[in-house]
Amino acid sequence: MKIHNTTGGRIFDVANYVFLSLIGIVTLLPFIYVFAGSFATEAEITSRPFFIWPEQFTLGAYEYIFSTPAFIRALVTTVLVTAVGTLVQLAFTVTMAYPLAKKNLRGRQVILSLVVFAMVFSGGMIPTFLLVKDLGLLNSYWALILPAAINPFSLIIIKNFFQELPAELEESAKMDGATEVGILWRILLPLSKPVLATFALFYAVGIWNDFMSPLLYLSDNSKWTLQMYLRQVTAASDLLGTGNVDPNYIPPEQGIKFAVIVVATLPILIFYPFLQKHFAKGMLIGSVKG
Amino acid sequence: MSQLTDALASNIGAGDGPGLGKGKGKRPGKPAKVPRGKFSVHFAHYKWLYLLLLPGVLYFAVFRYGPMYGVSIAFKEYVPFLGVNGSPWVGFSHFQDFFANPDFPRLLGNTLILAFLNLGIAFPLTIVLALLLNEVRLSILKRTVQTLVYIPHFLSWTIVASLSFLLFALDIGPLFQLLNNLMGTDIDFLSDPAWFRPLIVLQDIWKNTGWGTIIFLAALATVDQDQYEAAIIDGAGRFRRVWHITLPGIRSTIIVMLILAIGQTLNTGFEQIYLMTNALNREVADVFDTYVYFVGITQGAYSYSTAVGLFKSLVGIVLIFGTNALAKRFNQSGLF
Repeated sequence: MKIHNTTGGRIFDVANYVFLSLIGIVTLLPFIYVFAGSFATEAEITSRPFFIWPEQFTLGAYEYIFSTPAFIRALVTTVLVTAVGTLVQLAFTVTMAYPLAKKNLRGRQVILSLVVFAMVFSGGMIPTFLLVKDLGLLNSYWALILPAAINPFSLIIIKNFFQELPAELEESAKMDGATEVGILWRILLPLSKPVLATFALFYAVGIWNDFMSPLLYLSDNSKWTLQMYLRQVTAASDLLGTGNVDPNYIPPEQGIKFAVIVVATLPILIFYPFLQKHFAKGMLIGSVKG
Repeated sequence: MSQLTDALASNIGAGDGPGLGKGKGKRPGKPAKVPRGKFSVHFAHYKWLYLLLLPGVLYFAVFRYGPMYGVSIAFKEYVPFLGVNGSPWVGFSHFQDFFANPDFPRLLGNTLILAFLNLGIAFPLTIVLALLLNEVRLSILKRTVQTLVYIPHFLSWTIVASLSFLLFALDIGPLFQLLNNLMGTDIDFLSDPAWFRPLIVLQDIWKNTGWGTIIFLAALATVDQDQYEAAIIDGAGRFRRVWHITLPGIRSTIIVMLILAIGQTLNTGFEQIYLMTNALNREVADVFDTYVYFVGITQGAYSYSTAVGLFKSLVGIVLIFGTNALAKRFNQSGLF
């Protein structure tokens, strides 16, 4: 279709392009500033109002944080919890989605209704906290993984995906004497790799970014995750008097805050292109926490 | 055994008809061979599937329905060593306490103001951004801008809050200096209660406006292109086309998103508000979600805070059903 373009239309187009480009740049500016600042000296950060390139390049902030045991511990912890948590959550979701994709399984409708109801109504923060406490999971990393083990939206999307796979695949496997578990493991999972990779990424981002669960369940600050550590570094003082920030803690220099933010952001930015490949299709809307 | 597996295989991929449980699963030409009478036979046959189902069902039972049962402490006086079951019932007294508490009107006000700011500013901005993106015919520009504006959605609130702390840092933050120079003031945006709400809205816009356009862009792609051609022939300009074709074309999407947003009115986002709350702005910052945390977790008033949380959830459900009914009454397609 050839769109007839008036002068007014062309002016609008140019203005629109400029405006949208500005929006894109403004979105990105905070990252660029923080990234540049993490390589700048303290004097430069405090004296220059804004910059996207440091005058004097230094790795001091990174040297400092990577020689701080609390930071290393938080980083390693978060990487491990994210890796294990993603596997556990994916395993829970897939093993539940597969039987639910079988339309003749008795009890399927009841279970699906209960899953949908759990999407609408939840017990809320305190009852969940008391449950985790009663299960003895306080100050355990499982408290960051198990309460969110299955995202109902992801479950239903994966179930629908399994349902839409051609039945012949399974039929022929049956002929060859494959078991249900064998079919899931050897036929469905390899076929679902791209879909599962996407959900794995979304689960991983969810765990990596999670601040509420460690805040609620990890009171022992030697177990803190990166988000908790980041919060302590940047908030820097116990403004709330909630005891979630060590009262003896001395606020660090600005550059160190910049560097911690960069480390906490980088994995998300690295995985972002893989995420973007899939969510743009719109199939994942609503399935992401936060 | 082969008979049984055949029957199962023949049922895989079948339309979403009635299951075996209802005894009406027969489809023409393919009589199911699985015995239907007894559940025990059905169960024995599908034991592997039920075994696979077990972890998930246990998860929902424990971590989703367990807390729902735990909500009962809103009507009890929870005593830790007595547990949820053993604690004595107190009826609606926690709710009465809450409604009589001066905190209640303050929390309600703070929550509603944030919600309305969000609905009134962030929501329309999302639609405007989607419309502007939709007008772009230079696909490389469109994709680049989309790529950039989606990024913040994937960052944690901790990072968003930390970025705000740095950008608005007293005396040295770039935005602190820029805005104060422009206005000729000396405001500490992070602790000034008057600036709490603008900051929250700004964060919301930065983090979620781009992401929010996805659903509207998807809807915009379905608008009938022939109508545009007809409108162009009729001499309609750019803005008239947007007003008379594009917007009506995505009206049902706007309404659905609006219903969902209104249903979220009282969910102000715990992490964001918690991270931006400090001793100086508590008066305007406290919302239901953070109040439940402060009173429940840090002060140990479990029953009272559960009652507050339950009140919030119920109002949310009423709101979502209410707006849905309203949308239907005005002859618009609702959400369900």
